[in-house]
Amino acid sequence: MDMILSQSFLTSLVVGLVMAGVPLLLAGLGEQISEKAGVLNIGIEGMMLIGAYAGFLGAWQTGSLWVGFLYGIGGGMAVALLMAVLCVRIGLSQIVIGIGLTLGAEGLTALLHHVQFSRSYPRLPGVETWAVPGLSALPVVGPGLFDRHPMVYLAIALAVILSMLYRKTHLGLTLQAAGDKPAALDGAGVDVLRTRFAAVLCTGALAGLGGAFMSEVGAGLFIPFMTNGAGFIGIVLAMLARGRPLWVLAGAALFGACLSMTTALQVAGINIPTDVIQMLPFAAVMAVLVIFGRRASLPAALGLPYVRGAR
Amino acid sequence: MPAAPLIEFRGVTKRFPGVIANDQVDLRIHAGEVHVLLGENGAGKSTLIGMLSGLQQPDEGDILLEGATVKLTSPKRALRSGIGTVFQHGMLVPTLTVAQNLSLGNPWWRFRREGDIAHRFEALCADFGVRIDPHAITGELSLGEQQQVEIFRALLRGSRVLVLDEATSMLTPQGVEELGALMRELAKRLLAVILITHKLREAFDFGDRISILRHGRKVAELGPEQLRETDEHKLHQLVVRSMFGGAGGAPHIRRADATGERRPVLTVRGLSVDGGGDGRVAEVSFEVAAGEILGIAGIDGNGQKQLAEALAGQRRAAAGEILLDGRPIASLDVGARRRLGLRYVTDDRLGEGTVGAFPVSTNLLLKEIGTAPFWEGGIERPARIREHARALIEEFDVRTPGPDTPIARLSGGNIQKAVLARELFGGARVVIYNKPTYGLDVHNIASARRRLSEAADAGVATILISTDLDEILELSDRIAVMSGGRVVGIIANDGDARTLVGEMMAGEMTGEERAGEAA
Amino acid sequence: MMVEPAQSSGAGSLGLVTSAAGRAAVRIGLTAVAPVVLALVLSGAVLSQMGTDPLEYYGYVVQRAFMTPSGFQATVTRMAPLLLLGAGLILAFRAGLWNLGLDGQFMLGATAAAALAPPLAQVWPIPLVLAASMVAAMAAAALWSLLPALLKAYHGVNEIITTLMMSFLGLSVSNALVKLAFLDPTTTVPQTRTLAVADRLPPLSGTTVSSGVLIGLVAIVAVHLVMTRTSFGLRLRVVGANPRAAIHVGLRVPLLTVMVFAASAALVGLAGAVEILGVHGNVRADWNPAFGLAVIPLVFLARLNGLATIVYVLFFSALQIGAESAARRLGVPHYFSLVLVANLLIVLALVEHLSQRWRLDTRS
Repeated sequence: MDMILSQSFLTSLVVGLVMAGVPLLLAGLGEQISEKAGVLNIGIEGMMLIGAYAGFLGAWQTGSLWVGFLYGIGGGMAVALLMAVLCVRIGLSQIVIGIGLTLGAEGLTALLHHVQFSRSYPRLPGVETWAVPGLSALPVVGPGLFDRHPMVYLAIALAVILSMLYRKTHLGLTLQAAGDKPAALDGAGVDVLRTRFAAVLCTGALAGLGGAFMSEVGAGLFIPFMTNGAGFIGIVLAMLARGRPLWVLAGAALFGACLSMTTALQVAGINIPTDVIQMLPFAAVMAVLVIFGRRASLPAALGLPYVRGAR
Repeated sequence: MPAAPLIEFRGVTKRFPGVIANDQVDLRIHAGEVHVLLGENGAGKSTLIGMLSGLQQPDEGDILLEGATVKLTSPKRALRSGIGTVFQHGMLVPTLTVAQNLSLGNPWWRFRREGDIAHRFEALCADFGVRIDPHAITGELSLGEQQQVEIFRALLRGSRVLVLDEATSMLTPQGVEELGALMRELAKRLLAVILITHKLREAFDFGDRISILRHGRKVAELGPEQLRETDEHKLHQLVVRSMFGGAGGAPHIRRADATGERRPVLTVRGLSVDGGGDGRVAEVSFEVAAGEILGIAGIDGNGQKQLAEALAGQRRAAAGEILLDGRPIASLDVGARRRLGLRYVTDDRLGEGTVGAFPVSTNLLLKEIGTAPFWEGGIERPARIREHARALIEEFDVRTPGPDTPIARLSGGNIQKAVLARELFGGARVVIYNKPTYGLDVHNIASARRRLSEAADAGVATILISTDLDEILELSDRIAVMSGGRVVGIIANDGDARTLVGEMMAGEMTGEERAGEAA
Repeated sequence: MMVEPAQSSGAGSLGLVTSAAGRAAVRIGLTAVAPVVLALVLSGAVLSQMGTDPLEYYGYVVQRAFMTPSGFQATVTRMAPLLLLGAGLILAFRAGLWNLGLDGQFMLGATAAAALAPPLAQVWPIPLVLAASMVAAMAAAALWSLLPALLKAYHGVNEIITTLMMSFLGLSVSNALVKLAFLDPTTTVPQTRTLAVADRLPPLSGTTVSSGVLIGLVAIVAVHLVMTRTSFGLRLRVVGANPRAAIHVGLRVPLLTVMVFAASAALVGLAGAVEILGVHGNVRADWNPAFGLAVIPLVFLARLNGLATIVYVLFFSALQIGAESAARRLGVPHYFSLVLVANLLIVLALVEHLSQRWRLDTRS
């Protein structure tokens, strides 16, 4: 049992947390933008998966993780564009289209993977980290958190930046109006459909980036279906955090910790089935919903297409 | 009078599938005037406003701004052209503060400066002698205050034309007075104010000029001279004739036998309902006898809906007794009360009264699902359901292609006929009508009112909730007035009822003072 | 029509009957045939990008899934769980409830059946064992839906999020149960004890088709009839189409909500049981066919009509069986079927939207 408290164990725990948490963070922040604006983006799982595939492809072809991230963003946005056209512009059911896109992305990436990589199973070389001067010398969190790929810091910074943007600029107000009372925003001279369109595209970009992080930094390779529900967890994080990006950060850390615990315990040779620990975050969410469920308010117009002049 | 109007409509026509909403409308709006657009529901007022605020575009004709044609293709365009619209159903985000609402519309990357806008807002408020906290959450302000916020917002954006869509319908009498004063003040500062209403009194009280719409056409315009010089009674007749095409408000036909000694069918004692923020009912008591029509007057949102829902059984009462033929029913659910003969005609025909996608026949039995002979052992009997529907469609003159047509395809008047048929069918003892003619055209209003009084003549105890005082006065035997969730008084509908009810609605007489007279 | 599941529940297309037959034919062609063709073409483009001749692929799938006896029997066997899932979904969606927790409910049902059947088979007569296992599976899944149902019914908590959460939880729980509680000690592969082939649901006479498909057919036809012909079904449709009207007419919406969730989940649990009792005989650790996400589009495509769902399930089963075989023969992974279904769903939603607009335009 000493293993549990050993520094290397704790460090690997933190590393695992970060690796599992960053994609969730990015997905949650992305979904939050859509939900604020009144679009329930069930297709986010598909956006992540396409992002994971495209990100890996980009990194593998060019040898640069950063180019890979751009591919991932582009991939996620491509799916988001479809979603935005079909659900925001045309007003089709967000749930039907979201499920359709996720299904399509699963099939498509698995096919592409089969065609391109199934014989060689290429792997990206190890990820270069960037140690934060000073902080990386700390025990446990130093190597665990402050000696990671820069994208980790960027993702965390993004949560802080979004939080500030929501508070200091008109971004938050505009999105909230689009979700709570789209007609009011329209009346104020801001195009609701354009706002929602942009929000969905942002979601796609962040989800795609999260997926790319998973394949490039987390796994170093692409595996079909590798997002494994991360997008859905993102939806849950966004719903629970409501408008607050820092809550998404906290939630992603919680989920990340539970996911990381499963691997860390295995490494430590402790024989608890991973499934039991994997349950923890979901059980925690359900507990939160049971306790606070009543007050978990969502934007009034969430999931409803906006038609000007219709009530 | 300035020669060039600020806004001009020239031969504007707007069509929707199946209807001509506006037909060759000419309209001239001048600066410094309160211009009232008068007309009943469906006369084409809303469409006109829609075009003015950029929500809709005319199919034919032009809109001119200071003599030059403009295309108001979006709300943004309309705003830029100096046209600010205050819609009947508020256009503020309830979850944001006043200042945040005022700053909506800025580009998203701009830093928020709510301090500035709050100061300008407060200054403007002070200028007009109004006090509203710019940092209050908008949803927590009264409807009147929210409306004032919208007016000031339009001013802050530099609007020169202010469109007020049914602005008074949600306000208390005091609120209406305040709004009137504000409108006068705005006109004095050379703005153009367009007030849309279907209430004559407001048109005369506030308007410098009155345009009357009927069936999408402008049928009359009364300029300031006419309004000043014509005798009020004549003016009144003139306007009524233009609005309704000669069919003015029918006089109340006294229902001689209704006020006699009769055992009450429905008795309500000390009924209280928690409204959950949007209106409550506090200690309401009254009785209705068989064949009697009790009108419940009051401004919208004073607990009428909550009262009706509590009586019908779809909202829980917090305290009090409801007796039907002396039997307590407060613990019964909707179905049980219905079987005892208590019926509720909701004011929200499409929202809750019907299921739009379902056929007329199903909607006619929506409150009897599972009962014989239409269902036997839970199995549907389509032939009997259709037969039942045919009979009611015939009896109540519902114009529908057939019993299988989805009810949403019917016109509002025919949907209301179907709802009335459902509620009056089979052993109705007490019927609660909530705004039964709201949104209907003249013809259907008349037929609904006739249906209502015929049912009462046949012995149905009737509760008529309406915000339309004329309707209450035309139909009721006695009139109760609700204000702030209380019944502030119940009077017989005779000679001076209009004045008395008006006073009570305006809050000039308290419930206690009234109570003695009512007894 | 596809904007809300409930809206499609309205009385069919009477406008069709009254309008000219020619126009009706055009409309049917547009809304039913054109999307399928378009989706096949779009997916075919993906195939040819991969270097496979689409016609050869489609031909092979049809030939394999329908023309060969073994293939066709496999197709029909595959239909059983999908039909039951479809029945559960129709029930929930028509009542306006988004039960998206299928996979967890399915696996719990499967695990319950797999845990119960082998030991019981030692002591009880087989028909009783099968019945008891199915009931247990239904109960387990229904129980799993209770929390989302109660939260939705009494606190208005969005069921999408809770059923998804419970689905992930249910997958973990059933996996943990397989590994901890019901592990077969005699094998090295972590799995439950296996129900002997002779003790499973009997095959239809003269075939290898599991009789589970009969259960599936009965279930979906029954759900279809309940939804369209009974007062209970009508009540559910009222709740789904207009929840406020449901309150207005005095329906007990919370109670109905809980009942619908329980019944929907029970059917999904039964799907798991039928798959185990009829085909696999045991549950292997980490096994999850993830039928849920695939069946949801099918019931949408069928516009929540039970009978149409049978057709789409047949189509999808054939596609899956054919695709699995094509994976070996033509080197195209069976994931292709997901792409085809997704394409079909999106194309159909689009066509439906366009045809509605077209209908509105022609009416005025």
